[in-house]
Amino acid sequence: MTRYIRHAAVFCALLLAALLVNATRLQVVQSRTYDDSPANRRATIARYGQPRGDILVGGRPVTGSRDTREQLRYERTYRDGPLYAPVTGFASQEYGTTFLEHAEDGVLSGADPMLSPLPLWNDFTRSRNPGGDVVTTIDPAAQRAAYRGLGGRKGAVAAIEPSTGRILALVSTPSYDPAVLSGNDRAAARSWARLNGDADKPMLNRAARQTYPPGSTFKVVTAAAALDAGVITDLDEPTDSPAPYRLPGTTTTLTNESDGCADLSLREAFKWSCNTVFAKLGVDVGVTDMATTAQAFGFNDPALRIPFSVARSTFDTTMDKAQLALSSIGQYNTRATPLQMAMVSAAVANGGQVREPYLVERTTRAGGTTVATAGSRPVRQAMHPATAVRLKELMTDVVREGTGGNAAIPGATVGGKTGTAQHGILNSGTPYAWFVSWAQGGKDLEPKVAVAVVVEDASAFRQDITGGGVAAPIARSVMAAVVNSTK
Amino acid sequence: MTKAGTTVRTADPPTPAVRLPRRRGVELALIVLAVLLSVYGYCAVGFARNGTVPPGAAGYGAGLGVLALMAHLAVRWRAPYGDPLLLPIGVLLNGLGLVLIYRLDLETPGDRAAPTQLVWSTLGVTLFIVVVLLLRDHRVLQRYSYVCVVAALVLLTLPIFFPAVNGARIWIRIAGFSIQPGEFAKVLLAVFFAAYLAANRNALAYAGRRLWRLQLPTGRVLGPIVSIWLLSVGVLILERDLGTSLLFFGLFVVLLYVATGRTGWIAVGLLLASLGAVAVGWLEPHVHSRVEDWLHPFASIEAGQGPNQLAQSLFAFATGGVLGTGLGLGHSVLIGFAVKSDFILATAGEELGLAGLSAIFLLYGLLVERGYRAGLSLRDPFGRLLAVGLASIVALQVFVIAGGVTGLIPLTGMAMPFLAQGGSSVVTNWAIVALLIRISDSARAQYDGEAIP
Repeated sequence: MTRYIRHAAVFCALLLAALLVNATRLQVVQSRTYDDSPANRRATIARYGQPRGDILVGGRPVTGSRDTREQLRYERTYRDGPLYAPVTGFASQEYGTTFLEHAEDGVLSGADPMLSPLPLWNDFTRSRNPGGDVVTTIDPAAQRAAYRGLGGRKGAVAAIEPSTGRILALVSTPSYDPAVLSGNDRAAARSWARLNGDADKPMLNRAARQTYPPGSTFKVVTAAAALDAGVITDLDEPTDSPAPYRLPGTTTTLTNESDGCADLSLREAFKWSCNTVFAKLGVDVGVTDMATTAQAFGFNDPALRIPFSVARSTFDTTMDKAQLALSSIGQYNTRATPLQMAMVSAAVANGGQVREPYLVERTTRAGGTTVATAGSRPVRQAMHPATAVRLKELMTDVVREGTGGNAAIPGATVGGKTGTAQHGILNSGTPYAWFVSWAQGGKDLEPKVAVAVVVEDASAFRQDITGGGVAAPIARSVMAAVVNSTK
Repeated sequence: MTKAGTTVRTADPPTPAVRLPRRRGVELALIVLAVLLSVYGYCAVGFARNGTVPPGAAGYGAGLGVLALMAHLAVRWRAPYGDPLLLPIGVLLNGLGLVLIYRLDLETPGDRAAPTQLVWSTLGVTLFIVVVLLLRDHRVLQRYSYVCVVAALVLLTLPIFFPAVNGARIWIRIAGFSIQPGEFAKVLLAVFFAAYLAANRNALAYAGRRLWRLQLPTGRVLGPIVSIWLLSVGVLILERDLGTSLLFFGLFVVLLYVATGRTGWIAVGLLLASLGAVAVGWLEPHVHSRVEDWLHPFASIEAGQGPNQLAQSLFAFATGGVLGTGLGLGHSVLIGFAVKSDFILATAGEELGLAGLSAIFLLYGLLVERGYRAGLSLRDPFGRLLAVGLASIVALQVFVIAGGVTGLIPLTGMAMPFLAQGGSSVVTNWAIVALLIRISDSARAQYDGEAIP
């Protein structure tokens, strides 16, 4: 019997060995397969198991975390949610993340190995660090001024610092409070359905993710191209352009809002926004040079990140002369985000250099030590510096004497350009009111802010929608907020 | 080898009296270590969850310590030659089980199982002490083998008259306590199998017709045992407790092999087992779905219904890795229903890692090994078969449930000995340890004062 007992003991030992081998397979050899399964909730629990890092505006957090004591423990909260929604986006337990919450998720959620003092070791252990903070470039006064200026109207404002590319304001209205999407309960689901079904699209970031026909504000680009190409050498020389202007190769004629545009000089035509003059200028410059200049300003660039992606502003590179004429006054297929038009204005203010815009000044660990800074960004020369000087002159004239008088700030140099963009079939839609501008305080060495404002408001009378009337006062309050604060 | 029922200590009084070491001090030291480890685990949970020592730590440690000490004193008094490892292993596994259940209670504040489990553990240790004190010789049990089998059948049949709980008719409810009579039946059946096989093993091994290389036993001998086995398995299939059914079958085959040494029995047993498994897997939807889950644990995820219990259990083990997340820091509660009973091992795997899980497996391995060793060193067939049977119950039970929750074999509901929530199981396992101590005491005591053969 002893022999058989030993056999049975060996059998038990085999069972034990099978258990140990299988446990090793499960826990060591194949564990990643199970860890990475989307149905495994542990990664999600760990993600929400600690407070999310904050997004800071003007040194103060505009976000927070709320301890719900549920399985997914911490939920996002927002201070002034609607005001900063185009910057922060939302961070939802159910619907993912957008904008800065998305682009900087690694830092905010603590998953970024760089948050650890020993990044390589941390990448190996895959342990989670406390969430880091994201310090933005937003100027709270400018942001608030823009939001208040837009009021209940549909529109967007983008403001940047011309010499650096720091984005000072990024506002889109109507807005929404991202906090309503933070949780994973039925209320969040209802809010999600409501916001997605809203005809006004409150979750759309109109400042960076929506393109509009830029209308007359695009004349800044056309003027820059004409000056750089040598089509215009003297601002005060008559331009030899008829009014009305028959589009080349067609029987369609282009007219102006104001009279007396025929043969006007570039200075006067810019001041009074003569379509005929700029349409002809664009044709004279030619599609290649026009496209080159537009692209130098940032048009047709699909890769712009601030750090979240920005909608591509477009200027066609192949078209006939009639289309080029319309494109040169910001119609046809020319489309731009408000942020792109702020970049155009900033290039003029910054001696012709385009600084890539950015929203994140730096990221820090929970303790406050810096993880990464914005660093130096690539620079593009959009136009000759001399051209920039002359364009500054033209834009200053617009505010001092022309259509942009509403943007003037006492004690500061302000340059601007109005725009009223037609859209819809046969231009039946209520036009978009545009204003792009920059401002330099009396004691400043260089322009401090460049702004683009667009207002799309179906409720106003068609003839009241003009860049100078609707958009310029908003731009002025934003510029004043920046210029006066630096005084 | 001697015939059953004959006494061994009869002849020649030894002149050179050799005192065997009793090793009770080793046992006491190991018990202290086991209690300290359990208290440490309890504190670790508290630190991980709240940053403080949990309020009942001292009381819990004292309670467990007093229980273990009483058991130790009983052994010291009435089974001084007992194996010194059995009791500490039982204390450590039971203490660890209490820690894991307490830890899971923190996730389910509405359903506290640890206090009840502590009461059952106390009952279990009490039964241990009673068995060690009152049962002076294991051979007494041989006289009651038919009483045992009748009692086992009654216990197995009893739950049929009570409502089914979670699809299985294995519980009876008395005064708020759920009792699983099938657990007690295990020990009783082991006693009966051992007694019957010890008495009839020669007839089984050598009588009967020979068919090719298989020695077929005569119907007269085989009849009663097969009918009782069929009856118990039939009852279990009616009650849908397939884990226990598998356990009985395994126990039956192992004891039959050990008693007769006929490999033919294993062949017949495996044939019967596979036939039964195929038939049950085919006919019984409950079992069929278990097999499907085992083959495709992620099928429900791919179907968009979320992970099932087995997938959640596999996730928990995989998360543990080598060192585990640490007590109180895992999320095995995602398994949901039965996380404290059938799936308790997943919590150990996630929070203690492969290191802790292997330690637990080795503890069970050691427990089984000590049982087999006691069987080997005995001389009477009944005691040998009983020791092997009891140890095999533990081995098979651990394999069936641990293999099930780690995806090695299809999952069948069964309690992890000592660890899992379930009073009947804890009490039964303490009874098994008490019997093994008694057998090992007899095994070693027979040599004391004699020349070692």
